[in-house]
Amino acid sequence: MVEDNVADLVTRLKAGEDAAFSELVYSYGPKLLKHAEQFLRDPSEAQDCVQEVFIQAFRKINTFRGEAALATWLHRILINACLAHLRKRKTKDTLSIDALMPEFDWAGCRTEPLGEPLLQIDELIAQQEVREAVLLKIKQLPDPYRSVLLLRDIEGYSTREASEVLMVSIATVKVRLHRARAALKKHLEPTLLDVHT
Amino acid sequence: MTDKRTLKSWISHGIHKLPLSISCEEFEDFILAYLEGELTRRQKFIFNTHLKICAECRAYLAAYQVSIILGKAAFDKTDAPAVPEGLVQAILAARSPGK
Repeated sequence: MVEDNVADLVTRLKAGEDAAFSELVYSYGPKLLKHAEQFLRDPSEAQDCVQEVFIQAFRKINTFRGEAALATWLHRILINACLAHLRKRKTKDTLSIDALMPEFDWAGCRTEPLGEPLLQIDELIAQQEVREAVLLKIKQLPDPYRSVLLLRDIEGYSTREASEVLMVSIATVKVRLHRARAALKKHLEPTLLDVHT
Repeated sequence: MTDKRTLKSWISHGIHKLPLSISCEEFEDFILAYLEGELTRRQKFIFNTHLKICAECRAYLAAYQVSIILGKAAFDKTDAPAVPEGLVQAILAARSPGK
């Protein structure tokens, strides 16, 4: 959305104009839903979360001062809402990613077979099935690892920002991020590499 | 194959004991700090030296970095889903429950 149009939209939202609220949902809803689905995995929970975000945004719109872009403001509300959903989950992820960690022998040498890249990265990114596989593999990571990976590598949060929103130490963020990346790499090996056996 | 690997492990074991030398397992612990630019000059030297002599760690690090790029690109290049009309109406109704 063009900046002037956003400023106009915010003015109309603050004035309580009905059409402005519809415009906000239609303009920003798809992107928020996309992020929520990646965090929460469950499409219906993601929809609930997006609904909560808009309700909060409607209530708080008069406090929006425009220091951040409207999209950024909504996005921050969404991230907090997604993380609150993950914290509230009754069934905690019991999946372990230990099996996806690199292995070493008695001398500390890697024991995994070497692999040659199957394709250049641009060629991989261009393939829709590869992109879908990557997103699916990220979704399969256990909640604590997936949330760190998404915040750091996809949402662009710093380690400190991630530690604040996740309410864990910086050291925990670093450990989880490295393990999440290592697990994703292992998950993606069949797509990325021609492994020498 | 097993004998070749055992021999390599023994050689590597000897090399890892040299000053400013690390094992693949120790290298693994440095990866995140390396990518974040948090290694000291000395640590960076040790890390890069291991990288030069170890083909397995070179391949590992390359695939690790590709996975990071691929994760971001896959997300960015995927279209956002349409918001179901029922959800839009539920959101708007929640704003003004009396209407």
